[in-house]
This record gives sequence, structure tokens and C-alpha cells, in this order.
Amino acid sequence: MGSITLEHVNKSFGEVEIIPDISLEIEDGEFVVFVGPSGCGKSTLLRLIAGLEDTTSGHIKLDGEDVTGAPPARRGLAMVFQSYALYPHMSVRDNIAFPLKMAKMPQAEIDKKVEYAARTLNLGSYLDRRPRALSGGQRQRVAIGRAIVREPKAFLFDEPLSNLDAALRVNMRLEITELHQQLKTTMIYVTHDQVEAMTMADRIVVLNAGNVEQFGSPLELYKRPANRFVAGFIGSPKMNFVDGPEAEKHNAHSIGVRPEHFTLSTTAGAGQWAGTVNVAEQLGSDTFLHVEVEGLGLMTVRTDGEQTFRHGDKVYLTPDANRIYRFDAAGLALQD
Amino acid sequence: MARNASVQTKVGFTVLAWTVALLLFSPILWTIVTAFKTEAEAIATPPTFLPLTFTLDNFGDVQDRSDYIKHAWNSILVSVGSTLLGLVIAIPAAWSMAFAPTKRTKDILMWMLSTKMMPAVGVLIPIYLIFRDLRLLDTVHGLTIIMTLINLPIIIWMLYTYFKEIPVDILEAARMDGAELWNEIVHVLVPMAIPGIASTLLLNVILAWNEAFWTITLTSGRAGTLTAFISSFSSPQGLFLAKLSAASLLAIAPILLLGWFSQKQLVRGLTFGAVK
Repeated sequence: MGSITLEHVNKSFGEVEIIPDISLEIEDGEFVVFVGPSGCGKSTLLRLIAGLEDTTSGHIKLDGEDVTGAPPARRGLAMVFQSYALYPHMSVRDNIAFPLKMAKMPQAEIDKKVEYAARTLNLGSYLDRRPRALSGGQRQRVAIGRAIVREPKAFLFDEPLSNLDAALRVNMRLEITELHQQLKTTMIYVTHDQVEAMTMADRIVVLNAGNVEQFGSPLELYKRPANRFVAGFIGSPKMNFVDGPEAEKHNAHSIGVRPEHFTLSTTAGAGQWAGTVNVAEQLGSDTFLHVEVEGLGLMTVRTDGEQTFRHGDKVYLTPDANRIYRFDAAGLALQD
Repeated sequence: MARNASVQTKVGFTVLAWTVALLLFSPILWTIVTAFKTEAEAIATPPTFLPLTFTLDNFGDVQDRSDYIKHAWNSILVSVGSTLLGLVIAIPAAWSMAFAPTKRTKDILMWMLSTKMMPAVGVLIPIYLIFRDLRLLDTVHGLTIIMTLINLPIIIWMLYTYFKEIPVDILEAARMDGAELWNEIVHVLVPMAIPGIASTLLLNVILAWNEAFWTITLTSGRAGTLTAFISSFSSPQGLFLAKLSAASLLAIAPILLLGWFSQKQLVRGLTFGAVK
């Protein structure tokens, strides 16, 4: 079991309030991602759950039991750090065995569990090496191995993939998702990368300046963002926003259109936004056009990779009328 | 021509370095050669450099007059004992300063260092009286305690600098892995800090071994260390240069050898954290 409840958690460092007031309900077995720009308090929130930081006020409960004041060693959670944080003076085997040794497990059982973890994570041939003799991806696997052997109530991941190169990151992302499907243990995963958040999470917590902007499934966040911040943060490339008279036509303070929700044409027609291509980024499968629209500013448009555009090309954009997001003056989403 | 000039510069610097080193070493060298001279030759004018009559009598006389082995044993007990005791106190102290600092940590570190700036004689009378009342005068454990206390600031400072180099993530990982404070220090922090702890240990053994002020004032016969042993030879009975030299040589030989064999570790230890 591994349900985690936060009740009015507040964290301040001296005068500086990092997390004003957060309440969250994370269910057993869920994969929850904390996402937000750097400095939004997502890592602090994870460290509060881990017990590595003390809460200033509020309560943290694990399976209904209040652990607010409990040290990390007593919480039964496992954490994977961005820096891997392996013990450099121990072999891979001893690194993975360390939490079991701390739990005073009999040696025979430790050996069995270490072997199992090593097999699961393809670390069999590295067991007697020191961490410094491993590559970044292998180190990350050891860190995960060390986390899974003790069968924790929940796993906490603190930006575990940000030190890996792009290709490896995609691989490890899949491996962690598979691991979750296999273990069915609660996982909380911190990242600033919204692609990781979208692809891995059951539910996403979008944080901004220490506040929860929205908590929901990836598609919920994509389709029904609660406010302008979430709308701009979730989705890649980012949503385009338009203020002023164009927004007022839709009875809103501002409107948002995702790059993939435009119809592009090279001939003029009614209800279209006329613009000039500034930069065309060709990815093969897609092309991202950065279009300077007269009177509205720079827009990003996603189109298929079949057509070729050049700097200075004249284009006409039609926003999909059913997929225009409307926001009020405070940035909150307006319901239709 | 640039190459020639650089060779000349190299030779120049080498000669200069050797000259400075020999000048600094000359008193010790003089002590060593004098230890093997007769008393008469030791005070002869003009002085001789190498002994005309090579003799080992001085060493025999020194051992006969005051027990070298006993003093050497006391020196070992006090220097090693005070360093180990110091480490036991300093490792947790440095841990808390490096990994759980408060607003006052920097001030406390400075305050500890400031105690080293105070002349020892300033606290001679209170410490002497405390030692007298607690019956610690002329005892090895009394001397070990005072030696621990005077070197503790240096031990804590050195360990603090080493510990600061250890990524806090690794200690946090140990906490997440279920290690309580004791296990975190014993299984993770100490093994990672072994080079730093070894340098600290060596330096403090040397400092305690060479300490003279407190050993001479707080001991007489029983608990005297080698520094007290040397000073007993500059006696009112007259100056016996050859015997004094023999005694000095006996006193500094062990630590000189220790320093020689561990110089790599010491240099690494003392410059650790200076770069990077």
C-alpha cells in the first residue's frame, strides 16, 4: 500500500515561502508527475514527502498514518536522485544491498534480492564494479535497483533522467514506465520536462510558484487546462495566445490556440489570419512554422512534413473554432 | 634562445631551492652531527662539522640519566590518544556543521579558530589550578585531555573542509535507504572521507607530538613526553651540548620518519579543497 496525502502543507526557508499551502491526495499505485518551471517548488515538495526537509506547517500522511515528523529512514519510501547519489566506495552489489543491510535482512535473502534486481535491470555483469566504472545510464539503473530491492511503499524520482543524453532518456523513460506497470507501486516523479510528464503520468500536478495550478490526467490537462499557465505549459510546441480585439470577438480577455489546431493554406479566405513565415523548423514528420501574423504577433503552427516553406512565404491560418481556449482577465479558463 | 634561458632559470631555481632547504634544515643537521661528537668536541672553537671521534656514548648516557623509552611511550599515548579522542568528538561536530548548518555555524567555526589565536600562557593559571584540583597534574590522561582540547579546533576545521566536498545527495540517499544517523556516518560518510581523516590524523599526531608548552608545565617525571625529556637536558648542571643533541635526535626521529613516509598524504591533505 502506498497512498500519500498532503494536508495544507506549507514550507518556508526563513522569510521565503516556497510552498504556501498545498493539499493533495495521491492514490495507491498511481504514477504522479510533479511538473513545473524551475524554482516552482516541485523538488521541495518531493523532499517534504521524503522527509529530507521538515514541513513548516501542515501534515503528510502515508497510508493514513501521519509521518510529518518522522525521519526519512522510518517512512519506507525509496528515492532516485538526479545525481544518482551512488555510494562511490561500494561495489554495485553493495550499493544495491545497502538498504537491505540497513533493514538487517539475513545475508542469504539479500543475495537473492540483489540477484533478482540485477537481472531485472540488466546489471548482472557489473555487480562487482564500482560506480565510477559505469556509464550514466548504468548508474541510473543501479540507483533504481537500490530503490526497488527494499520494496518501498512508494518511489520518489527527482529529475532522474536530466543527466542522460536524449536517446538514453527516451529508453529510460520507457523502462521506468514498464517498471511501474510491473510493480504497481506508487511513484512520484519530478521533472521540468512536460513531455516526460505527459508520457509517463497517470495524473500530473502542475506547479507554479509553490501552488498547484491543476491536478489531473495528461489528456485532461491538455484538453481542459484550468488556466493560462497550464495551457501554456502543457503541450509542445507551446500554445499561442492572443489578446485584444481578436479575443473580444470570442467574449474573452485572451484566447489560446495550439499549434496543431490551425488549418494552413496559401490562398486567402474569410476568417483567416494572414502572416509571413519567419522560420520553418523541419523535423521530417512535422514542420513547425513560426509565422508573424499581422496585428497578432508571432504564432507557432504545426503542419505535416510534406510541404516546404521558406522564410518570407505568405500563409493564411484558420484556427479550429471548436478548439479555441478562452481565458478571463485573471487567466482562468472560461467554460463554454 | 628561449629554451636556453629556461634551462638557466630552471638551474637557478633548483640551486635556490636547495640553498633555502639546506639553510632551513641546517639546525637539525647540526644537531644530528653533534649527537655523535664528544662533549669537548661539541663546544670546540673553531667548531668541527663532522665528528673527529665518532661516539655513541651520548645516547647511552641519555638513556641512563632519564628513561627515553618511558618518555617516548608517553608521547605515543598522548599524541595518538588525543588525536583519536579528538576525531571521535570532531567527526559528528564537523558533520553537523557541513551538512546541517545554521545561521551561526560560520560564527562558531571562527570562534573555535580564534581560541588558537590566544596565547596559551593566558590560560595557564586557571588550567593549572583545575588540573591540580582534579589531580590531573603529571598524568598521561590529563595531558591527553588538554592536547585534545587545544587541537580540537584544527581537527574540526580540517574535517569540515573535507566533508564540504562530499555531495550531500549521497548522505540523503543513505537516509532514504533506511540508515539512521550512526549508520550514515559509519557506513557512508567516514569511508568516503578516509583520505581527509587520515591527513587530519597525521597532522594532529605531529602537532601533539611536538607540543611543548603544556607538556612541560603540566608534567614532571611520570607523564613527561619527549618534549619534556629534551627540556630536562638544558639543565642547571651545565650545558651538555652533545647529550642535548642526542636527546633531541631521539625525540624528533620518530616523528621525522613518520612525516617523511607520509608526506604525500600530508601535502594532499593540507591542500585539499584549495583548488577546484
